Amino acid sequence: MALTVVSQIFPREMIPAVLPLIEDKLQHSKEIIRRKAVQALYKFYLIAPNQVQHIHDKFRKALCDRDVGVMAASLHIYLQMVKENASGYKDLTESFVTILKQVVGGKLPIDFNYHSVPAPWLQIQLLRILGLLGKDDPRTSELMYEVLDESLRRAEINHNITYAILFECVQTIYTICPKSDLLEKAAKCIGKFVLSPKINLKYLGLKALTYVVQQDPNLALQHQMTIIECLDHPDPIIKRETLELLYRITNGQNITIIVQKMLDYVRQSKEEYTIINLTGKIAELAEKYAPDNEWFIQTMNAVFLVGGDVMHPDIPNNFLRLLAEGFDDEKEDGQLRLYAVQSYLSLLEGEDTFYPQKFIQVMSWVLGEYFYLINDGDPEIIITKLYRLLKQTFVTSETKAWIMSAITKMASRIPCSKTVDKLIQEFSTSLDTCMRQYAFELKHLCENKELMKNLLPLDASCETVVDASLSFLDGYVAEGLSCGAAPYKPHHQRQEEKLSQEKALNFEPYGLSFTSSMSSSGFTGRQSPAGLSLGSDMSGNSAEIGQKDCLKLDGVRKLWGKEGYLPKKENKTGKEDKTQPAPEDSILVGHVDDPPLIQPEQQVVSLSEEEKEKQQLASTLFVGLGTSSTVSLMGKADTMTQKFKRKSKINETHTREEASSIQNFATLPFSPFPDITPNDKENFQGNEHLELRKVSLNSSEVLEASVSLDRSQSLTEAGLDEKLSDYRLSTSSLFADSNIEVLQPSQSAPKTVANKVSLSLCLPEELADHPHSEIVELCSSDVLTVYSCKVWTDDCSLLVLFVANKSPSPLKTVNLVFESTEHFKIFENLSCHFPVIEAQSIESCRKSVQLEKICTTGILSGFVSYHLDMDTHLEFSLIFSLSDFIRPMEITTEDFGKLWLSFSNDVKQNFKMSPQESLLIALNTLKQKLKLHIVEIIGNEGLAACRLLPSVPCLLHCRTHARTLSLWLRSSCSALPDSLLYQCQKVMEES
Amino acid sequence: MIKFFLMVNKQGQTRLSRYYEHVEIPKRTMLEAEVIKNCLSRSKEQCSFIEYKDFKLVYRQYAALFIVVGINETENEMAVYELIHNFVEVLDRYFSRVKCFIMFNLDRVHIILDEMVLNGCIVETNKNRILAPLLVLDKMAES
Repeated sequence: MALTVVSQIFPREMIPAVLPLIEDKLQHSKEIIRRKAVQALYKFYLIAPNQVQHIHDKFRKALCDRDVGVMAASLHIYLQMVKENASGYKDLTESFVTILKQVVGGKLPIDFNYHSVPAPWLQIQLLRILGLLGKDDPRTSELMYEVLDESLRRAEINHNITYAILFECVQTIYTICPKSDLLEKAAKCIGKFVLSPKINLKYLGLKALTYVVQQDPNLALQHQMTIIECLDHPDPIIKRETLELLYRITNGQNITIIVQKMLDYVRQSKEEYTIINLTGKIAELAEKYAPDNEWFIQTMNAVFLVGGDVMHPDIPNNFLRLLAEGFDDEKEDGQLRLYAVQSYLSLLEGEDTFYPQKFIQVMSWVLGEYFYLINDGDPEIIITKLYRLLKQTFVTSETKAWIMSAITKMASRIPCSKTVDKLIQEFSTSLDTCMRQYAFELKHLCENKELMKNLLPLDASCETVVDASLSFLDGYVAEGLSCGAAPYKPHHQRQEEKLSQEKALNFEPYGLSFTSSMSSSGFTGRQSPAGLSLGSDMSGNSAEIGQKDCLKLDGVRKLWGKEGYLPKKENKTGKEDKTQPAPEDSILVGHVDDPPLIQPEQQVVSLSEEEKEKQQLASTLFVGLGTSSTVSLMGKADTMTQKFKRKSKINETHTREEASSIQNFATLPFSPFPDITPNDKENFQGNEHLELRKVSLNSSEVLEASVSLDRSQSLTEAGLDEKLSDYRLSTSSLFADSNIEVLQPSQSAPKTVANKVSLSLCLPEELADHPHSEIVELCSSDVLTVYSCKVWTDDCSLLVLFVANKSPSPLKTVNLVFESTEHFKIFENLSCHFPVIEAQSIESCRKSVQLEKICTTGILSGFVSYHLDMDTHLEFSLIFSLSDFIRPMEITTEDFGKLWLSFSNDVKQNFKMSPQESLLIALNTLKQKLKLHIVEIIGNEGLAACRLLPSVPCLLHCRTHARTLSLWLRSSCSALPDSLLYQCQKVMEES
Repeated sequence: MIKFFLMVNKQGQTRLSRYYEHVEIPKRTMLEAEVIKNCLSRSKEQCSFIEYKDFKLVYRQYAALFIVVGINETENEMAVYELIHNFVEVLDRYFSRVKCFIMFNLDRVHIILDEMVLNGCIVETNKNRILAPLLVLDKMAES
């Protein structure tokens, strides 16, 4: 009885106390006790997998127990463990197969039978485990064919429970590596299910079919008629399941009808969850397979109408992005947009119609952005329509803000409008402060049409997205730098500052441009303020963009800091001067397209050596880039000479740049940068910028140095940095020498590509400042290789993927898609698309990965597909561990105390220490490996803190006493301490 | 995995409920009410599986008594459907006549259920073994 209680409710804190008792019970003579003990351990495994790790071999013993019940109980543990890590238990496949064989063969005691079927639930459990084990593994799968065949054959009695087994069998057969005659049998089985008059069986058959068509769409063809019957089935559940099935087999040809069916269902459905789910699917299908523009817009309109305000916010966002970014074909875009505008206008025609808020938001955005595409229409009419919407009571204030910004955009294009004046008058006295603010903005902007036009250029939606993430701060920083009075701020402060600026920009474009025109510095010339406000309008101030923002801004700042090492100060100011008068758009483009703009001649000299060596080590593009790897081989003693070499290079680049055009000036911060990176890596780059962020004193020195012309000073500065590297936090381990030789190619490789191909934003340079992992090959084929690199920035974990085309011909439509997992979340979407990758070149993309559900390690898998003669599909997977998402958290001891008391979730564990180990050493290891921040060390106690991205704090308290080290972790998140403790344990064992 | 196990009569009153995942008490009543409404609204010809929010309901009717089990998508619906029947058979064997006894011997029903389902997993389906601990208890009570 006590054991039952244990396995039902049990606090995680008490496990260590009870564990030995339960372990004893595993040897008990009575099987029921043994069974209960195993069940209790299963519970422990569920709540704290790390604490029962040492008794895995006991589970194995339980699996071989002579009693069936005990064995069955242990299966639950195995199912869980195999789910988490299938490769670790391949060796057990044979035992599972034998057990299943015995069960199916009726070797169990008769009382395990249920309606004369031997232990059906046990069979199902075993089949499930086998399915997991045999997935993508032909060798393991081979072991199972026989027994699967056997169970298919045996389960022919007409009873519900045998159907359950059959269903599981079919699923397993289609999960493991396929074998033709088994597949055939399974398909027959499904046929029987689907055709059955029993409704439950029909449901099961449809479910199986849904699962199976992912592997083999032809099967659906065989049952076409049945499926169509099911679509009109009176039972909505059957209908729903059929739609699910259709969703899986959708393609370009059948999309129209399937989406039609789905929409019909959604319209009838009242349940919120179904609506959310199905609208999401429709939108996805529509984006993927839309046959033509007209249909696409119509469908999306229908989705917005029925989905209303409950649907997932991604749908409107994706839709708008698609409209804004468009396809490759300029004409196609125009048509799509034109059609969208027209359809919205006709929708708004009707008086007093009710539309969901999100739909209105979408409409107003599109109208504001693309109204000019309609030649014959009068903007005045559109404005009147929007104005009428504003007066409606059902429109929320958020939507009103969208409408207002649309009107503002339109107002900038037409000479003057009565409606606008009326609107300004009316809302200037509005009670809603937001509206009032918008009205005032509009008023001021109307008074100064020229400025307004500059702020709100036509068709800028696309640029602004990028712009928001890049440019506006570099002018600011440049200014600061040239004055020599801009000390770097600690990271969090900087972020706040940025936020406040962003806000100011968003709400008061006028005010800001006013000040900037006063100061007559680079601001007015730049489009950023407007871009930012537009950008945030569009993204609805979404946090995602915000995150991207600060990330890229980091990059920009550092870039400028780096640029400080350039020998000439005038050069820099010169650049500023020149960028100012340049037309806005070209600057924008300049910034966005920086890497591709680097002119070939400029690069030839610096790259030719690399290229030669690349050919020598032709195996892969990455490893082949030799100069840098020789650097790391030379080691630290040689870095001085390397530096001199670097300087000469800079001079080279510099002279070249003087000759080049304005646009090339814009690229200036980029071009010398990669030249520097490979060489000074060990001394400057990594530690320096981390240092900059952490120690502001030190950083201001560096800044001064960067402004000054004296090169030697920058060298001494480097020396200083070397000394300072002692203060470095965890990064030291990350920049171990072994890493560096792999890291460097990452910077130079894309650069070599840059001169051949115009790359999209391929900026490993800015990321290279952050600690990052080695570049690893993920998967490769004859023509294509994918590499990955994790970059640990301050506020997110970035995954940079490089896709290299090794073939002599360009690759078309290369798609990189991640499978979604419960543990991780990938921004902004799961896939990455390259329309074309030129021959012998590399494209890169980056994704920000976030930990959704806490786990110690998790696998992120996905695939690359490309088209060359035929479609090819390459799968890959990457492992992320918890430590990838841990960052130091800097707090004071007082704060630590307060936080400590406020957290309720804690775990505690003792470790044995070897005699030469001390608290300090242990803490240092933890600090280095797990990126903790050490708060304070008091006597034999130490405090450390870290945060799980984005901002879940975790505190660690450790204490040494007579050769034991007790770690005590607390956090606001319940799963975090446990997993982190496990990481600590691993780290301690390794060291 | 099984999320909850409900026994409800035709009037919609809950006779027994067991949750294998934490659900707050006020939410439980809400959930139960909706679940029952969903099940009662279905006719005999319709299928015994319902998709409800992000999980599925499997229900079976025994005279005036409904047994509803909530599962997530990894579970095999048919297996759970049969598990319900197995459970009823066990009750049948122990109480010889099910309905009226369930109300008065709720503790026993709970013990049986706990033997069969633990942490959302089906752990025992062998009738003799399910009843063994209960019989021991009864013997103790008698002596």
